Amino acid sequence: MVDPRLNIINERLSKIGKIIAVSSGKGGVGKSMIASTLALALSRRGYKVGLLDLDFSCPSTHVILSIEGLFPKEEKGIIPPEAHGLRYMSIVYYARDEPSPLRGVDISNAIIELFAITQWGSLDFLVIDMPPGIGDATLDMIRFVNGINFLIVTTPSKVAFETVRKLIQLLKDLKVPIVGVVENMKMRDSPFIREQVERLAAPFLGGINFDYKLEDSMGDVKKLLETEFAQSVEEIVSKKL
Amino acid sequence: MHEWALAEAVISTTLKIAEEKELKEVIELKIKIGELQQIDQEIFEFALSQLRSPMLKNAKFSLETVKAELKCRVCNHKWKFSTKNMDHDVSEFIHFVPEIAHTYLKCPKCGSPDFEILTGRGVWLDSIKGAK
Repeated sequence: MVDPRLNIINERLSKIGKIIAVSSGKGGVGKSMIASTLALALSRRGYKVGLLDLDFSCPSTHVILSIEGLFPKEEKGIIPPEAHGLRYMSIVYYARDEPSPLRGVDISNAIIELFAITQWGSLDFLVIDMPPGIGDATLDMIRFVNGINFLIVTTPSKVAFETVRKLIQLLKDLKVPIVGVVENMKMRDSPFIREQVERLAAPFLGGINFDYKLEDSMGDVKKLLETEFAQSVEEIVSKKL
Repeated sequence: MHEWALAEAVISTTLKIAEEKELKEVIELKIKIGELQQIDQEIFEFALSQLRSPMLKNAKFSLETVKAELKCRVCNHKWKFSTKNMDHDVSEFIHFVPEIAHTYLKCPKCGSPDFEILTGRGVWLDSIKGAK
């Protein structure tokens, strides 16, 4: 028996200019904030952008962007609704606020299903907010999505970087393109992360200072785009894509 | 009409296999449809017929529905999926992404959402009969 969905995934993504998976070895480093802000920043620069929240167990971009009351349209598949100028897709349309306790095989199946049936249409960028780690979602993206690029997020913490090191190594071993590494939540000047990233021969994009006002912008896109955090994302990531 | 997207996947995969096997014509396609996905068979068959390429012009589509059976990983209880008494929205959500069953369904014996979908998930291309 053959799973026919696998064969259609890259056809569904064929009109997308660049696919960027925002990823990290660790949770809590700001992937969802960076993915959401990056998608908004690119959209504000006139690009057609999609944002896919691939963290099925713990989606959060809908909270950052205050997305409520939307549902995909059904037309030869499902069409992600527009939110703040982004084509936005997330499991929350179907799981609502309920917990979705999924094991690996179920995560893979749900990912394949969403990629097989979602009609993104023509986009300049698709930004994917990845779940943490190098598990099923990461392996599936590498396996199914031709031409995927990874944007890696770490904090200044040695603990966070230790997990990021493994992600970088995995991507380099598999020859998957890395857009670069962002050091998020910087609280002091230290060359540690830059040096470590350069030692792994991966591009270091820059650091984003810890922004104490960021939490106040949660759910308010206008406010979010005015934060120092958003300006840093624009400077060190968005402008380089 | 998300059945259309799945039908496209079936046709696209069939054509790829037919090319690999150097078939001149596809005579029959056997497709298994998992009950959990709650595919509207009429729409699915319509989509398949609309997507026929010359290679598939005389192909017969044989569709078989596979009953969905679930097994609790905690207490090993097995049960059959049923939409009886199910909220319409929930049934729709499972239709789009069958794994959403883990969000809304619980083991009827112990209440755990940690269950395995033994049978009846998704759409499968079971076999292709063709002529060289």
